[in-house]
Amino acid sequence: MNATALIAEDEPLLAQALRMELQAAWPDLQVLATVADGHSAVREALARLPQVLFLDIRMPGLDGLGAAMELADRWPVDEAPMPQLVFVTAYDEYAVRAFEAQAIDYVRKPVQPERLRKTIARVQQALGNQAVQQASPAHTPTPGADASLEHMLAQWRRVIDAAGATGGAQAAAPGSPPLKFIAASDAGGQTVRMVPVADVLYFEAADKYVRVLTATQEHLIRTPLKQLLPQLDPQAFWQVHRAVVVRSDAIEVVQRDESGRLFLRLRGRPEKLTVSRLYAHLFKAM
Amino acid sequence: MTAFSIDWRQVLRHYLQVVAFCFAIAAINTAIWPDKGYGRQLGYSLLIGSLVWGVIEFGRYPLRRPDDPGGWPQGWRRVALTAAGIVLGFAVGSTLGDMLFNDGNATLMRIDRESRVGWLITVAAGIAGSYFFYSRGHRAALAARVSAAERDASEARLKLLESQLEPHMLFNTLANLRVLIGLDPARAVAMLDRLDNYLRATLAGARALLHPLEAEFERLGDYLALMEVRMGDRLRYSLELPPEARRLQIPPLLLQPLVENSIRHGLEPKVEGGEIQVRATIGATDGSTKPALLLEVLDTGIGLPAADAPAPAPLAAGDAAPGGFGLTHVQERLATVYGSAARFTLRPRPGGGTAAQIHIPLENA
Repeated sequence: MNATALIAEDEPLLAQALRMELQAAWPDLQVLATVADGHSAVREALARLPQVLFLDIRMPGLDGLGAAMELADRWPVDEAPMPQLVFVTAYDEYAVRAFEAQAIDYVRKPVQPERLRKTIARVQQALGNQAVQQASPAHTPTPGADASLEHMLAQWRRVIDAAGATGGAQAAAPGSPPLKFIAASDAGGQTVRMVPVADVLYFEAADKYVRVLTATQEHLIRTPLKQLLPQLDPQAFWQVHRAVVVRSDAIEVVQRDESGRLFLRLRGRPEKLTVSRLYAHLFKAM
Repeated sequence: MTAFSIDWRQVLRHYLQVVAFCFAIAAINTAIWPDKGYGRQLGYSLLIGSLVWGVIEFGRYPLRRPDDPGGWPQGWRRVALTAAGIVLGFAVGSTLGDMLFNDGNATLMRIDRESRVGWLITVAAGIAGSYFFYSRGHRAALAARVSAAERDASEARLKLLESQLEPHMLFNTLANLRVLIGLDPARAVAMLDRLDNYLRATLAGARALLHPLEAEFERLGDYLALMEVRMGDRLRYSLELPPEARRLQIPPLLLQPLVENSIRHGLEPKVEGGEIQVRATIGATDGSTKPALLLEVLDTGIGLPAADAPAPAPLAAGDAAPGGFGLTHVQERLATVYGSAARFTLRPRPGGGTAAQIHIPLENA
């Protein structure tokens, strides 16, 4: 079957190998571009709208996970269906375990033809289903598109969660109690404030730091969000965006603006926080 | 209050030993005072012995320190417990014995020769018995501590080896090697040789105390060549070792962690990559008159975190943070081998990137 793809892999030899193996196993697949970092991946994917994405997890600048999450929000869902997402992973027992636990396909480095064939079969089937859905006479643009978008978002969420397990799985010992305090040092590094997690309204990742916001104050910590998240109580704190984790019971209202983007406001804070498409399912009206 | 669990089998074993001891004491007593009869002596002996033992055995649990190996309280508490055990045991035991065998006539308060000797025997037996059990327990606990320490040591060695072998690096290298075999067999062979050397050096290097600088540079060359295959033109490097410095002896794996950090934290995150320079210079540096060896790892990476940044995140297992395991290891090695004479600094470079420098006075090298 004909299809288009984008490869994002920072090690040139491995990118070449993946291209070659794909060429052998799926001759009708056209690789639109090969990039070596996350930002380029986002840029090229939005420009060319491929049907399949092969993303390396570890890349300079923006990693595969970050690229996927950004694409989830910026993909023009009206112009083209969301692509099939396949992560490429090297030795990383956590990632492999997470992927296998979810029965999600992944491509391992070095690329092994057998495994690749299985992944390709799955991708082809998914693409086939998509085409059938869109061609069917019963297909009406809005509800059908919504359903298949929901399906894709759910699938992307699963794949991203599994890939995210690479860093997160090691951060918290299984069964350990959730974090009670955030230790944040001030600018001079001389004082460390112990901020009770109970006071925190939301976390926002910004560049190299994570902002910790209570009703009245803001602190900065260096623990990346993906390392922090497994240590927090998942009932109390929800990730609503790649860079934002909010206290669920502090959410006052969730609204959609004119462009269709979802955002929320927390009790006690004035800001409007963007909600990613990936997490919009948390706020479906009952 | 620390929770303590009682090993009932051990308690039973101890008690049976005490009983045997009591039989022996009773025999001694009968030998001294044959008129009382063995049965009666045995009765008193068992009562007194059991009570003395009971007080000491069960009294030690609440009194011992949580980390005490033998399970015995230390210092004055131990003496006090033993004394209390003996006194209580003799007092209560004799009284019970009197009730059973002597129709209630107290032998305790008699201050005649017989009861004094009786006291003496009890005291001696109590001390001997306590000492016997204490030293047994202590020895067992010490043996357990030794084997635990041995286990910890092998675990630490294994961890060190694992971190040095770096599975991630290894498997990524093999992945690239696999591709090269098909694309460029000659280059694949060269890469395989590098990997072979690198692994050998890793496994051997952990043990040696010192090795020549040229061996260290050779190993770095292997490592950088392997990384270059993976990173393509995102990694450029140069190694500078003047001939007079080749034979100088330094601890192994001193520069390796610096180069790894340069790549992992400096070059890898940078989309266009950068350059690493590894340099050895001999000269009088820092205004001192003594000649010294200056080892430098300079990179054009993204540089160190800003000085006013919040304190670094705590290390998650398996996560390499700037200044993580590798750098503390370097500092420790330097301190162990050279004391305070060697210096290690990590500085930002004016044009961007980081400079890691090790300064070793030459008479030590």
